[in-house]
Amino acid sequence: MRIVLHIWRQRNAGEKGRMVRYEVPNVSQHMSFLEMLDVLNEELMAKDEDPVAFDHDCREGICGMCGCMVNGVAHGPLPGTTLCQLHMRQFKDGDELYLEPWRARAFPVVKDLVVDRSSFDRIVAAGGFISAATGSAPDGNAVLVPKDNAERSMDAAACIGCGACVAMCPNASASLFTAAKIAHLGLLPQGQPERDQRAEAMVAQAKQEMFGSCTNIGECEAVCPKEIKLSVIALMNRHFLRAKWAGRAGLPDG
Amino acid sequence: MELDCKCPTGPIETRWERHRFNLKLVNPANKRKHTIIVVGSGLAGGAAAATLGELGYNVKCFCFQDSPRRAHSIAAQGGINAAKNYQNDGDSVFRLFYDTVKGGDFRARESNVYRLAQVSLNIIDQCVAQGVPFAREYSGYLDNRSFGGAQVSRTFYARGQTGQQLLLGAYQALEKQIGRGQVQMFPRTEMLDLIVLDGKARGIVTRNLITGQVESHVADAVVLGTGGYANVYYLSTNAKGSNATAIWRAHKRGALFANPCFTQIHPTCIPVSGEYQSKLTLMSESLRNDGRVWVPLEKGDKRPPNQIPDGERDYFLERKYPSFGNLVPRDVASRNAKQVCDEGRGVGETGLAVYLDFRDSIQRLGKPVIKERYGNLFDMYQRITGEDPYQAPMRIFPAIHYTMGGLWVDYNLMSTIPGLYVIGEANFSDHGANRLGASALMQGLGDGYFVLPNTINDYIATSKLESIGVTHPAVREVESQVACVTKRLLEIKGTRSVDSCHRELGKLMWDYCGMSRNAEGLKYALSKIPEMRDRFWHDVKVLGTGDELNQALEKAGRVADFFELSELICLDALERNESCGGHFREEYQTPEGEAARHDDLYSYAAAWEFRGVGNPPVLHKEPLIFEYVHPTQRSYK
Repeated sequence: MRIVLHIWRQRNAGEKGRMVRYEVPNVSQHMSFLEMLDVLNEELMAKDEDPVAFDHDCREGICGMCGCMVNGVAHGPLPGTTLCQLHMRQFKDGDELYLEPWRARAFPVVKDLVVDRSSFDRIVAAGGFISAATGSAPDGNAVLVPKDNAERSMDAAACIGCGACVAMCPNASASLFTAAKIAHLGLLPQGQPERDQRAEAMVAQAKQEMFGSCTNIGECEAVCPKEIKLSVIALMNRHFLRAKWAGRAGLPDG
Repeated sequence: MELDCKCPTGPIETRWERHRFNLKLVNPANKRKHTIIVVGSGLAGGAAAATLGELGYNVKCFCFQDSPRRAHSIAAQGGINAAKNYQNDGDSVFRLFYDTVKGGDFRARESNVYRLAQVSLNIIDQCVAQGVPFAREYSGYLDNRSFGGAQVSRTFYARGQTGQQLLLGAYQALEKQIGRGQVQMFPRTEMLDLIVLDGKARGIVTRNLITGQVESHVADAVVLGTGGYANVYYLSTNAKGSNATAIWRAHKRGALFANPCFTQIHPTCIPVSGEYQSKLTLMSESLRNDGRVWVPLEKGDKRPPNQIPDGERDYFLERKYPSFGNLVPRDVASRNAKQVCDEGRGVGETGLAVYLDFRDSIQRLGKPVIKERYGNLFDMYQRITGEDPYQAPMRIFPAIHYTMGGLWVDYNLMSTIPGLYVIGEANFSDHGANRLGASALMQGLGDGYFVLPNTINDYIATSKLESIGVTHPAVREVESQVACVTKRLLEIKGTRSVDSCHRELGKLMWDYCGMSRNAEGLKYALSKIPEMRDRFWHDVKVLGTGDELNQALEKAGRVADFFELSELICLDALERNESCGGHFREEYQTPEGEAARHDDLYSYAAAWEFRGVGNPPVLHKEPLIFEYVHPTQRSYK
């Protein structure tokens, strides 16, 4: 089949970008979306044109490196799927697709479809961990974890840090990302000692990175390739408020 | 060159303990005066960087991805082994040690493997404490499952995303140290050379992948945790960016490369669908717990699988290996799949696939149980192939997946260049000629959390190192050599894309140095590789400049290294006139078609010394001595 692409081309962070139209004839339905871009790039290079830069690595939906907007939807039309796992059988002959990078103030464009997501790492560095220095751990079965908590924790821990939630959010909020980490760790007994501090520090860092606030729109949940639920944000808010409450002198821990 | 593995002697149970006591320590207040470079941020590199940071060293950690959390360890699905014996099914440190030595077909060092089995206990504890959400029983206790090559349930897992969860544990510990300023992180930065001064590793030269800037970083020691080299084969289950550049360039600076021909083929991958294919996707080996592998009895049976009655199916693994059945080790499972396909009984459009069938398990356990165990893998299969594995069996075929070979290291994980440590898949140490499932994660974390942070102190404490800066002439010299290679790649301006050159090399390697090898084929490959390499250096086309994000340029540098490494892989395969583990030489097999080792001649690790591109490398042998696990013909019947 033949696919028409309109791709955001931007040489570097400093220059202005624009949409450029390309055609890819002979697209096989078995190709992945990124393989279709590989084919386009091979053709561009054969014509001495600059290939389209896009981030990708594992190509099996787990590293979180790939992703762009496809016709205004992060990672394209298939729910619960990263761009690399999207296959061309989802499209039909003659389809026109508009590809743009994630757009958010906290994710500056590096080149074409590549953005800088280091703000996510800084949110984790602020408190997205359980401090357990190597060697200090008790036996793995010393602290029991109710199966339901382990499962809910795992649901949240499945986040791959791709940034689709931010890209899709009208506020460019990182709430789903931040809350997923807070829920992952906060649902486990091991995560309790640092619970309050973690919620406060991560939320503060997200704000400092210029991510927006959450207004419960839910676009993030709709495009999350790992189908992380909006309810983690409610949990984050609970931890955050409890932390703020507990932090005020003379008031009981809620 | 005499290879001193520095293995302790005496009772194996206390070797590590005694060795650790004999290692020199660095005073906590002095640690901050030392800088350690860690290249790679996967399970090995990430764990090492975090732990060295916790200890108080100044750490500089490098990765080529945009975040340390992306390292390819993240893609490991099935699980991590540990000799906890929580299931009371007869497991022990000694049994894990025994299984690993035997699984590695008696080509690994006993001392290293025993230590690995010992630290496996600490790894699980550490990961639980960090918040890794391992699967649990309803009682809240940790759950286990069994895995290929073992008859006990010792594998801990977090759904089908164990690698991801373990890596996130290490990543979070690393980010904590980054937040404290103890570790300085350099993402999107690729190591392009090693700085060796007075015979010691003193730093690295890197390229910033965004700005193209070539920079040097000096340190007291350098640790490489940069993973394996399966991408030599172009189509592999590795991430697209996984590469051998760091270890290969260290090899060219003097680090010996051991057992390069020990490559692992994973039996359960999704088959190739077309020429444009950019990588292969692995389906966790844990699927073999509940899936049954079969092909039609008759050649060319084109009926849909569900219409082939049981009597006309050949469950070939269960038939040939009744006691291990579908859970035979990876090399055995892969080779048998190839064999039935060679007989013309392969399935699917290409005939290069076998069925992995869950019909019976779904009948026995119900769909919800299968969905809970493998839901994400089934979804992944369906997304890629457009077929529903709950309804029809999966089609699978082996693909290159892991490389047991790597830079030679001693018991301290130090290479033949003093001050250069190599951990995780990047080294050659623990898996011998074949790695068992769920052992890669164990080795990566074992090296990173528990082994290296103990052994590196000794080197730091006992080495007298001249203080050097990045303006040192030796550093400048390496920098200019790196810049020169980049310039050369950009100036070729040929006609062929990097990918097309790489694909050609990969196909040659898969055909002649893949699942099975023979002398004639290897000699052919060895005659073709220099030709292909020459063509690459004369005809590759890399557009753009070196001063910007240039993904084709990054790839070109990595592929250039693959063109050199591939030659060493074939040479090592040709030199090893026996079959063992993942290295199957057609000339050396038992009458039943199993791998035939030649212990009298080849019970050694082959460590190769670089002597210039195109010049024959020099082989050094480290003899392997088996005091506890007596080498036998592996049998899984």
